[in-house]
Amino acid sequence: MIAGLFFYLFAAVAVASAVMVITARNPVHSVLFLILTFFNAAGIFILLGAEFLAMILVVVYVGAVAVLFLFVVMMLDVDFVELRQGMLNYLPVGATVGFIVLFELVLVIGTWTLSPEALQAAAAPVATGLTNTEALGQILYTKYIFFFQIAGLILLVAMIGAIVLTLRHKQGVKRQNIADQNARSPATAIEIIKVKPGQGI
Amino acid sequence: MPELLKDYLPIVIFMGVCAAIGIALMASSFILAVRKPDPEKLSAYECGFAAFDDARMKFDVRFYLVSILFIIFDLEVAFLFPWAISLKEVGLLGFWSMMTFLGVLTIGFIYEWRKGALEWD
Repeated sequence: MIAGLFFYLFAAVAVASAVMVITARNPVHSVLFLILTFFNAAGIFILLGAEFLAMILVVVYVGAVAVLFLFVVMMLDVDFVELRQGMLNYLPVGATVGFIVLFELVLVIGTWTLSPEALQAAAAPVATGLTNTEALGQILYTKYIFFFQIAGLILLVAMIGAIVLTLRHKQGVKRQNIADQNARSPATAIEIIKVKPGQGI
Repeated sequence: MPELLKDYLPIVIFMGVCAAIGIALMASSFILAVRKPDPEKLSAYECGFAAFDDARMKFDVRFYLVSILFIIFDLEVAFLFPWAISLKEVGLLGFWSMMTFLGVLTIGFIYEWRKGALEWD
């Protein structure tokens, strides 16, 4: 009963903040509402018993992805008030596209039939006495080793791709090189010049 | 799932206390504080002269790069949690599977170190 109460609390806040994500005037507020949505989704996952998923949602999505969104919003520097000026002009086109997508979705989902086998496969038996983090750990690294290694390679590609696309070093910046600084000796660093009086260097 | 949810009772209490204190502070300042708004008082204060421009400045793209690299290592850590819990059961194959995964990501780490992606000009 209390779990049901919390489900409705999380669901209501999640839906309300999801609506705020697309209606908030300030894009930074949109991202903050997105974070609130993530938190409530994590709460619903905990009610479902999916602890690991909930924690990953908080750690990865709130901790990293939402911060990335904030940076993107701040980096774009689009004047969103100005952007909204032409909203009425584009409304017919946007509404048409939206209705076509909605129509197609209704068409696809409305005619969807699930085979009974698929439903049974989805409700896979849960090993008793295991938290779902343990259950995940017992199959991910041995049974699904191939997918696990592919995930590692995808992360590597993402890392290298991000560096190749965005890394631009400024020219003419003097960086600190500690090894060079320590390797300086009086012989390489100073020069002694005998200056005759009244002549200057 | 009542046993599992019972473990989360302290978190619920904690969040309840947090919400109560936060709301109490905001509500008390809303109710008790003297408010006489005035255009001059509400405008941005910039040490005597009129504000030059908006505080929302364009961010450098390098923040974005740092953030992406952080996400990747965040995911790497996320993969480590189930592995650490079930290391006894998965045996040597699981251990070396994770070592290979970490090795692949270490190649990426060496790459970004050598390219100077972690430096801030």
